[in-house]
Amino acid sequence: MDSLSIAAPEVFLLTATCIVLVASLFTKANSHTVYWLSQASLVVTLLFAFGQTRAEPVVAYVGAYGIDNMSSTLKVWLIVVAIGVLLYSRDYLTGRRIARGEYFVLALFAISGMMIMVSSKHLLSVYLGLELLALSQYAMVALARDDADASEAAMKYFVLGALASGMLLYGMSMVYGATGSLELSGIRDAVVVGGAEGSVPARFGLTFLIVGIAFKLGAVPFHMWVPDVYEGAPTPVAMFIATAPKIAAFAMLIRLLVDALPALNSDWQAMLAILAALSVVVGNLVAIAQTNIKRMLAYSTISNVGFLLLGIVGATPEGYSAAMFYAITYAFTTLAAFGVLLALSRGTREDGSPFDAVMLDDLAGLARRNGLLAAVMMLAMISLAGVPPMVGFYAKLAVLRAVVDAGYTWLALIAVAMSVAGAFYYLRVIKLMYFDEPVVTTEIDTAGDVSAGLAINGLAVVVLGIFPSFIMAACLAAFA
Amino acid sequence: MPWLSLTVWLPIIGGLIVIALGDRRSRPLALGISVLTLLVSLPLYFGFDLSTPAMQFVERANWLPGFDIEYALGVDGIAMPLVILTTLINVVVVISMWEVIKDRPALYLGAFQIMTGLMVGVFSALDAILFYIFFEATLIPMFLIIGIWGGPRRVYATIKFFLYTFLGSVFMLIALIYLYRLGGSFAIEDMHQLAIAEKPQFWIFLAFFAAFAVKIPMWPVHTWLPDAHVEAPTAGSAVLAAIMLKMGGYGFLRFSLPIVPDASSQMDTFMIVISLIAVVYIGFVALVQRDMKKLIAYSSISHMGFVTLGIFIAFGLLQKGDISGVALGLEGAIVQMISHGFISAAMFLCVGVMYDRVHSREISAYGGVINTMPLFGAFMVFFAMANAGLPGTSGFVGEFMIILAGFRANFWIAFLAAMTLVLGAAYTLWMVKRVIFGEIGNDNVAALQDVNRREFWMLGSLAAFVLLLGLWPDLVGRVMHASVENLVSHISISKY
Repeated sequence: MDSLSIAAPEVFLLTATCIVLVASLFTKANSHTVYWLSQASLVVTLLFAFGQTRAEPVVAYVGAYGIDNMSSTLKVWLIVVAIGVLLYSRDYLTGRRIARGEYFVLALFAISGMMIMVSSKHLLSVYLGLELLALSQYAMVALARDDADASEAAMKYFVLGALASGMLLYGMSMVYGATGSLELSGIRDAVVVGGAEGSVPARFGLTFLIVGIAFKLGAVPFHMWVPDVYEGAPTPVAMFIATAPKIAAFAMLIRLLVDALPALNSDWQAMLAILAALSVVVGNLVAIAQTNIKRMLAYSTISNVGFLLLGIVGATPEGYSAAMFYAITYAFTTLAAFGVLLALSRGTREDGSPFDAVMLDDLAGLARRNGLLAAVMMLAMISLAGVPPMVGFYAKLAVLRAVVDAGYTWLALIAVAMSVAGAFYYLRVIKLMYFDEPVVTTEIDTAGDVSAGLAINGLAVVVLGIFPSFIMAACLAAFA
Repeated sequence: MPWLSLTVWLPIIGGLIVIALGDRRSRPLALGISVLTLLVSLPLYFGFDLSTPAMQFVERANWLPGFDIEYALGVDGIAMPLVILTTLINVVVVISMWEVIKDRPALYLGAFQIMTGLMVGVFSALDAILFYIFFEATLIPMFLIIGIWGGPRRVYATIKFFLYTFLGSVFMLIALIYLYRLGGSFAIEDMHQLAIAEKPQFWIFLAFFAAFAVKIPMWPVHTWLPDAHVEAPTAGSAVLAAIMLKMGGYGFLRFSLPIVPDASSQMDTFMIVISLIAVVYIGFVALVQRDMKKLIAYSSISHMGFVTLGIFIAFGLLQKGDISGVALGLEGAIVQMISHGFISAAMFLCVGVMYDRVHSREISAYGGVINTMPLFGAFMVFFAMANAGLPGTSGFVGEFMIILAGFRANFWIAFLAAMTLVLGAAYTLWMVKRVIFGEIGNDNVAALQDVNRREFWMLGSLAAFVLLLGLWPDLVGRVMHASVENLVSHISISKY
């Protein structure tokens, strides 16, 4: 494989993004040209990424970049989720007149950033990808510039995000100082061969790295930005932040801890165990008290991040695969939930302002207004609660198995007890949709392609729960 | 033919089709599916090999090879009667809701069909994770059935039902994963052979206890059941009492006893005590109920106390070397489960018949029903007698076997258990006296119409089964002898 084709998906996507950027300057405000161009470039990128799934693992560009089983699988799912994000966002953005071209261009840049994170083999390229993602996200949150909440959320996100990036960078410099290498393989060899595992700077650096990662994932106690940003950001942006970037953050975690610092595993295992336990407890308990559904989903994200971290705590290949499976399935299940919210957010309120489905009560009686939307939402909620036969159950099973295998049975017990608490707020959504009478009785009609997308998304939650083998096989192969 | 897979998947796929096709033809379609399911389950009984305790009609397929989880189904003499019970009750339940259900009938009927398939899956799964998946998945349709079609406090009742049982079973999941870690297999039969040390056995027992004691339900974790029963629609109550509770009893027999016999043996006094509390105390609680459904719900808990009693006196008898007594208790427990399946379903359907006419479940809203509904009155009195354990009905057989086994273990256990014969008669017959007999209580009762042909066949078929099992208990007994003997010899060997 020649060196350019290693980065073929990224190269293509960046080029296409630039074309979309220029095209967005010359299209009318209410045309869908930019949307279709973006989707087309994602589909072609997806084909490129598919082409790489069978390729031999290889590292290129002086050790900065490479592909392996993990990166190619994650890239495919990143793009699939991103296609869903753009599909569900389209009608909302059209109705809201939020600078539409920019949304798509920024989303594409963010996706490029995530793909770079996933494939990076070098501290600098990790950071580069992360910043490309983060800067695009800050701007996306601020897209609704007339909205005070959105501006506040963007400011908060930017300040805290910049701080976290600083922590991460500081940690990287420490690790570099301790090992003399920026390449992940070089760091690993230095720590293992050179005996740097005893060195204070390496551990010091590790701590900062974990702080940075935990912030990006939204793990407790670095989670305070998550509910505020979800609530303040326009719903399509919240959906974007809630889904694909978690897959990328998982990849970054694997790259920095597992690929680069496996020798320090006893240190990071303990730290991750605490982060995981706190996230599962705080996320699930606080979510119960929420009345705003975006905030509720934010805390749901936090608790799911806790579960994801649990998989890694054991420091076994099975655990990494379980966490990877968790990240992928979490992303497309949450995508379905946000997709339903966006499909609901149409028309206007009584005072003429555009209607946003943000409060839990907005879902009341949904089953009578649109059966498909209610069914998809129900499947997503049951799956997030971890009830079989949905895919979320299988993800939790895989993670719990890894945790018990690694001897952390107490963590598993905390996690399942909290997932019962979590079931309560997921069930409340079903209760609102199916058991309560609607306040507004008008039927909700959605565009044909959005309905089809949601139906496929909902079916995937069930069918992949019954037949999870092919994703699981890819996840196992990633760490074989 | 893969009869078990057919029995599992036919109602699930059929239920989805019912939901997809909409309300117009949903009733005949659902009835057809339920009858067909019953038919494909019958070969399990008639083709059953009575001589072997091994799993029969076994089907295996690689399902999740990376995780050692198999799609493995099979039944032995303990599971098979429960499968048949499930498919039988399903047909009766479909008939019971024929013209009663008006709001979204397709969804309702479909949910019941799906639930039937899942419950058959629970009783026939040979892989622990497959079992868990079916076990948990049954919660979803029942959650919706109570929540959408239930009474005024349905939301509270259904969320309580879901969370209670979910909390119980997640700990079982951890136990199953732990067992996998010990033995490297999720096959239930492999878990039976595992040697497990004392301390882990204790914790595993507790995890199983959490799941099955809530499900069956045992005192003091029974409080979800009266709520769920009162708020559930009639058919939901019938399925809940007739089949879902049996999943708990089946779990004790399939998991707790054979996998952790030593811990079960150590905990047997505790289990017997809380079973007796359920039998006696809950019997008294049933006595003071004013709501008929609540009364039957408490009576169910009391009867399920008998099941757990029959299961856990086994260890005391084993220490005395009374092997036949052990088998008597265990078989009594299984017969009691089957019999209670028919009787409790019939009782709930009887209440449903009256509720459809008067729209009240209060005992005080009735009186002298026999004057306007003679045929129905006869059925109700018959089922009440069966519920009280009248000889000649199936209700007598199981209780008698367990009391006999109790005598062999300890006089006082048997004495307290036998109290139920008095208490059960008291609360059921007193209810019947107030509802059925006497002067016509009010205008509503005066205007009652007797059962129509649909209701007659629905109650008549259940009465036939109650009588048949009462007069010929060996119909169920003979299929379970081999499996129960095997279970007895299995639990008599320590696993340390």
